[in-house]
Amino acid sequence: MPESAQFKKNAQRQLNNTGLQANLQRFGQRFAKARAIAIAELEDFSGLRQRATAWRDLTLANLDDWLIRFETHAQRMGTQVHWATTAAEVNQIVLEIAHKNKVRKVIKSKSMVSEETGLNAALQQSGIDTIETDLGEYILQLAGEPPSHLVAPALHKNVEEVADLFQEHHHTPRQTDIPTLCREARHQLRPHFLSADMGISGGNFLVADTGALVLLTNEGNARLVTTLPRVHVAITGIEKVIPSLDALAPLLRLLPRSATGQSITNDVSLLTGPRRPGDLEGPEEHHVILVDGGRSELLGSELQPALRCIRCGACMNHCPVYQNIGGHAYGWVYPGPIGAVLTPAYLGLEHARDLPQAATLCGACEVVCPVSIPLPDLLRVWRQRSVSRGLRPWPERVLLRLWLWCAMHPLLYRWIHRRLSWLLRQLANDSGQITYFPGLTDWTQGRNLKAPDQPPFHAQWAQRHRS
Amino acid sequence: MKIGLWITCLVDLMRPRIGFATLNLVRATGHSIEIPEQQTCCGQPGFNSGDTSAGRAMAMQFLKHFESFDAVVLASGSCAAMIRHDYPRLFANQPEYQVRFQELGQRTFELSEFLLRHPFDLPPTTQRFSGRLTYHDSCSGLRTLGIRSGPRQLLQRIPGVEIVEMPDREVCCGFGGAFSVKLGDIATRMAENKCRSILATGVDAVVGGDLGCLLTIEGRLRREGHSLPVWHWAEVLAGTVT
Repeated sequence: MPESAQFKKNAQRQLNNTGLQANLQRFGQRFAKARAIAIAELEDFSGLRQRATAWRDLTLANLDDWLIRFETHAQRMGTQVHWATTAAEVNQIVLEIAHKNKVRKVIKSKSMVSEETGLNAALQQSGIDTIETDLGEYILQLAGEPPSHLVAPALHKNVEEVADLFQEHHHTPRQTDIPTLCREARHQLRPHFLSADMGISGGNFLVADTGALVLLTNEGNARLVTTLPRVHVAITGIEKVIPSLDALAPLLRLLPRSATGQSITNDVSLLTGPRRPGDLEGPEEHHVILVDGGRSELLGSELQPALRCIRCGACMNHCPVYQNIGGHAYGWVYPGPIGAVLTPAYLGLEHARDLPQAATLCGACEVVCPVSIPLPDLLRVWRQRSVSRGLRPWPERVLLRLWLWCAMHPLLYRWIHRRLSWLLRQLANDSGQITYFPGLTDWTQGRNLKAPDQPPFHAQWAQRHRS
Repeated sequence: MKIGLWITCLVDLMRPRIGFATLNLVRATGHSIEIPEQQTCCGQPGFNSGDTSAGRAMAMQFLKHFESFDAVVLASGSCAAMIRHDYPRLFANQPEYQVRFQELGQRTFELSEFLLRHPFDLPPTTQRFSGRLTYHDSCSGLRTLGIRSGPRQLLQRIPGVEIVEMPDREVCCGFGGAFSVKLGDIATRMAENKCRSILATGVDAVVGGDLGCLLTIEGRLRREGHSLPVWHWAEVLAGTVT
């Protein structure tokens, strides 16, 4: 059973993980505050957001056409385009490319889709040395942990933990100065950049009318990964296609601002095919793997807006649930509100049945989403499907039926409220507080409930009118 | 103008005083008021749990008992958002009902929205609160209806009331309806954070516009041993608390 099926238990564990809690608190609202400043700098955020949303919707409405258009233009420039339906197919395609090119070492820049497919494990099992080069991902590879955030994958780790990891794996004196640690990682990674046979990257966008693969990074590692090795393989979801460079403009302005509050990422690369005669740099072979992995199931459904996602992480940066439990509690690749929508779609609702419940529907995510994904509505869609497929626990189902039946019968409802009001007063202590309520321990374990100190409003109102 | 007053199910059961405070305030605008006795619940518990048919059933019941009024007033942002924003969407496949729900939604007001549009004098009282308050923004009212300055403006009409803003004031308190009893650990932590922000202001009382949030905040404060009063802002405005 995947970890995503154990959400409640995972969340409890993370709430009691004092180290993680300290790290989450230290991180706090940093990205959210930086975003607010960066968005305020824009002349017309809502207009820009509307345009970005419209561009994303345009390709999603005819995704097959736009993908074929991308394929045609990419192939024209010498890119080899592959189509993969499942995670297993992705790994198989990568391994075939690797074997054909006698690859022994792979360097990777950040790719969340490769996390979906478990690519690193597949490569290692085939005896191919695989090294993550994004600093956060590199730290996590040493730690043997999955990412906990879309753009800051090692957010759950602090300097001390990184210092320990580097000392253990690099066999170097322990350092806790961040620039020194960065230099150390760079020093460790440089020989790998130079000796790798294949580079694997993700893809932020695919530009249909030029066939370009767009990559946004802050560390410059993606530029090395995509240009130094003989072979470059980009793995990306089919939803990432956009029509043109015109569509790229608003997205480029919104993504880094929404993610980290930067007005632009340090490196924006538009990659068009392998090295051509006369080119100074570039791989001999350039592959793009277009991954379905459950995405096409969302097309044409109520959940289609989720495919607009540009992976900025703003929803989790503003989610009070994520902020308190971190990304690992969600149990799969994508955490936070967008993860709670995508995980049931890609793994199956029965493997993630509590994720749609992991929200107060406070709406903070929807407000900040740069492509206007109505995340609370989409979570509600999953809740509806949970109900209609009978996936909710029986006490919840019985209670809901009972509540509805009573609410449809006002006289009965009135009577129940009067009895309940009386019962609550019986359960209260001398100061009117209820500290234990059978069946409602999820409430009373951490909060009191102040009992009503008078009969229900309608009971009092009816009496006044009678007298 | 004939006003239909909606008493939320939580107010009816847990804090009837908020209902009477609302009644007094709406009365102060001079309009005639009725409280239909067939009303029960707006349907959020079902709708947000994924039971769409329950949401529709409750919507139909609301339509039946409230469509005849010139305006409907209620002291809850989340129920008002359900009625104005979600009811019409529940009838996307039945345009004639959708139109009726849209029209009724436009005539349905959260209390602060109504009071800002209709002049009134503060009801006479012997219990006029004066002191420092912090106002908790409840999520649905804030983000779906855009209720932000209204309750603050109204509270500032009371002489001697000062509003102190809390840190992270727009962060959810962790109520979330059934969320608070399904994922109690997370809900408790969120409430704990909210209470820390409230206490940091050093105010004399905390107010809000949705009883779910207020029960959460009060419940957590009491569990931590704090006696800070927690009120609906309507109680302060109506002069039923000190």
